[in-house]
Amino acid sequence: MSEKKRPLLEELKKGPWPSFVKEMEKSAHNSKTAELLDLLERSYEDKTGHWKHGGIVGVTGYGGGVIGRYTDLPEEFPEVREFHTMRVNQPSGWYYTSDALRTLCDIWEKHGSGLTNMHGATGDAILLGTTTEHLQPCFNDLSEAGFDLGGSGSNMRTPSCCAGPARCQNACIDTLDLCHNLTNTFQDYLHRPSFPYKFKIKISGCANDCVASIARADLSIIGTWRDAIRIDQEAVKEYAAQGYDIQGLVVDKCPSQACTYNAETQEFTVDNPNCVRCMHCINKMPKALRIGKETGATILIGGKATIVQSAFLSWVIVPFMKLEKEDDYAELKDLIERIWEWWDENGKVRERVGELIYRKGMREFLKAVGLPPVPQMVKHPRANPYFFWWPDEIISSASGDAEAEAAAGAEVEK
Amino acid sequence: MCSVPVKKPKTDIGPPYYYDMLPEIIKENYGKWKYHEKIKPGVLKHVSENGAELYTVRAGSPRLLSIVTIREYADLADKYSGGHLRFTSRHNVEFLLSDPANIEPLIAELEAKGYPVGGTGDCLNNIIHTQGWIHCHSAATDASGPVKAVMDDLFEYFKKDDLPAKLKISMACCLNMCGAVHCSDIAFVGIHRTVPTIDDAGVAKGCEIPNVIASCPTGAIRPNPKAKSVMVNEEKCMYCGNCYTVCPSMKIMDPVNDGVAIFVGGKVSNARSGPAFSRLAIPWVPNTPPRWDELVVAIRNLVEIWVKDARKGERYGEWIERIGWEKFFEMANLPFTDKHIDDFIFSVPTFRTTTNFKY
Repeated sequence: MSEKKRPLLEELKKGPWPSFVKEMEKSAHNSKTAELLDLLERSYEDKTGHWKHGGIVGVTGYGGGVIGRYTDLPEEFPEVREFHTMRVNQPSGWYYTSDALRTLCDIWEKHGSGLTNMHGATGDAILLGTTTEHLQPCFNDLSEAGFDLGGSGSNMRTPSCCAGPARCQNACIDTLDLCHNLTNTFQDYLHRPSFPYKFKIKISGCANDCVASIARADLSIIGTWRDAIRIDQEAVKEYAAQGYDIQGLVVDKCPSQACTYNAETQEFTVDNPNCVRCMHCINKMPKALRIGKETGATILIGGKATIVQSAFLSWVIVPFMKLEKEDDYAELKDLIERIWEWWDENGKVRERVGELIYRKGMREFLKAVGLPPVPQMVKHPRANPYFFWWPDEIISSASGDAEAEAAAGAEVEK
Repeated sequence: MCSVPVKKPKTDIGPPYYYDMLPEIIKENYGKWKYHEKIKPGVLKHVSENGAELYTVRAGSPRLLSIVTIREYADLADKYSGGHLRFTSRHNVEFLLSDPANIEPLIAELEAKGYPVGGTGDCLNNIIHTQGWIHCHSAATDASGPVKAVMDDLFEYFKKDDLPAKLKISMACCLNMCGAVHCSDIAFVGIHRTVPTIDDAGVAKGCEIPNVIASCPTGAIRPNPKAKSVMVNEEKCMYCGNCYTVCPSMKIMDPVNDGVAIFVGGKVSNARSGPAFSRLAIPWVPNTPPRWDELVVAIRNLVEIWVKDARKGERYGEWIERIGWEKFFEMANLPFTDKHIDDFIFSVPTFRTTTNFKY
């Protein structure tokens, strides 16, 4: 196909950054991909997209993992009349061997457009563009090669995690193992949508949160520690010898004023009970400072993007939880199931768990899932006097009138 | 060609086992990494407790990748990193090398093929973004096109790690915001500015009316029993497009009025301060394909004022926190409008309640 036919897209082949148009052209021997280029040129002319809502398509036994996609101009662009997406569950931390990638490419060459996203925002390897009749055979080939589909729709979405202990000294938990374990344990919730809406789990090994878990996961798992930051004073001296501004760039920027540096003795200290473990000093002097040894995770809930009730950042619900491979992460899994049960019973259609907590109140949520309120959950206590009491918190009346008491209790409940 | 499957596929096998993907050097030093160093933009060195050294070479990608490119990555991995590589959450590819002699030849080959190496430390990282007109039904703008135009313009910053701090720019093509776009140093997002056009017959035939009504964050949608459809209160609608997501007959695309809003000062990490939302800087720039010139100029300006004025170590939001929003608008030479003052459900705590401010 002549390039002159797409003058607008041609402009996006220029410049130093890798061009997505060139990527599409690399696979344009595939007639679907060639026509996708034409459809995109048309969108650039019209300044609007040309895709319709998904229809119900999928593979046998699954309710998710495939996104139906159809163009609204099927007469003009028959090759992309159907152009569905398959979400392939990535290995933890997006580590691949070259052979695993080639296998994926071979399957997608056989069944689809040859276009992918490496990766989608949730974490899946996205295979972009195939027809309904290819879905099942493509899945069969994927499954045969050891790949499974990820989530879509109202289900547990594909969990994802950071690079973890495979390539990071800051990993307080084994994010890769935990991600793999949770994905496998909750396969049924991943593949068969049965929730009020989507539920995202993201796992970061430390507070740097490289997978943006607090910003965008319904359940955020963030590695942390409870004991002291490990300090190598010899390495501190090396930073000083190199002229590194330890006072200005590290100590002065500590949010809890927990670091001190003695320029004379070149000694660095941390007031550990007053450290909030934000990672700043460790990030700035990785050779000298290390995370503590008693590690676990902070669990947060409710993060989501804007629609419907505004964007939320996840809220702390468990300040510290040990996450042990040895007990198969039983405490965490148990908590997740209690959360799902409450959300499932109380959530409206398309209501994220954070929105449900906002609607019903955190106290309802905490009671339902059996978590004790602790100061680490809030920035500050409430400033208004509008709070509820549970019936058993009210002193019985002197008359001993059981009915009146119950009525008072019910009133408080409302 | 495809054929009817003869045998039942295995389901629920789970993802490939990550451990099988790891190079020997990682298996030997799993959980034993001691520290890392930034060798140069795009190259990291991780050192383990027993002295082993792992080198990472990071290259940017446009996220939309042909299998032709992925096979090239695989070949490069075979040649230089024992067949081992990974991807990052921001669409970079990372080669995991145990032999430092392979670093420069790998970089040379990557650059020669047009895959730029950079994006680590105090660099501009790759723009995380969404699907846009390539594949999404609800996109208010394209994603890959504007991202390409912005990255072309800011390319030098992907290759240099002497910015005041790291710079993360994110892009979403509608308010559904796939990705952590709302917590970025600079975020741009496709928006609509006009109310949906209702196809009554389509709503009656194809949509669950209670769901359509419930989808509206401002309660702007009412039943229209006569038409077995719905009505939109134009004064209440703020064009989020959520009704369109649940009902295709509430068409909200408007090629003339759709465009891009730009937010600044958000972050994801907990370092120093907690994660924070990005805040509105520019309510609208028009959609101007193919290269979104107004958007590119606006973002360049937002980056330059930070690079010029921020102190070492200050992320975008920390810089604004120090100078104050009033100074930010002055420095950015941007008009402050009624659009910048929140009037959605959590607006009140965003109003200034002190006499402490600057002129």
